[in-house]
Amino acid sequence: MNNIIGYIIIGIGVLFNLFGCIGLLRMPDVYCRLQAATKCVTLGICFVLIGVVVIVGFNPLGVKALICMVFILVTSPTGAHALARGAHKSGVKLWKKSVCDKYKDKESK
Amino acid sequence: MFEYVFFSLIGLGIVLSALRLIKGPTAPDRVVALDTLSTITTTLLVLLGFTFKRYIYLDVALVYALLTFIGAIVVARILEKGLK
Repeated sequence: MNNIIGYIIIGIGVLFNLFGCIGLLRMPDVYCRLQAATKCVTLGICFVLIGVVVIVGFNPLGVKALICMVFILVTSPTGAHALARGAHKSGVKLWKKSVCDKYKDKESK
Repeated sequence: MFEYVFFSLIGLGIVLSALRLIKGPTAPDRVVALDTLSTITTTLLVLLGFTFKRYIYLDVALVYALLTFIGAIVVARILEKGLK
């Protein structure tokens, strides 16, 4: 029973990873790409690690997977935020159909 | 049997990210693609270690995630302030 639930959760995570990659390829802009890729991939790897924990239980492997999950959950959005800020500061243009740029307004004030 | 479906889906994701890495018009595009590629490689390492009962791969995945984070932060810093 645990095996079936774990494999379903791992499948959901892998599908989220794939959707993140498709978003990375299809979106028009650095910022859109960044948010599509980072959110989907972070959620996907969390699902995969939870699935591994569900299958193997709380032995050293499961605890290691949990530590890895917490670590990625903290670091991956931080890296994405720093990258978005760096891209904006280095002068990458927004997509031409973008509506507003609050960060630029705040800087120029 | 399920594992091989997972491996092929992750391989497809790696190919798509590598396409963006080759195509990307600006430098931040490539860095984002590389970041995604590294995170997906972490997933692949975890699944490989879990499937073939090589539990040492999970430590490798942990260190790989750490190095990915450091690389992204360094490149963001360089994009923001230049090589100072």
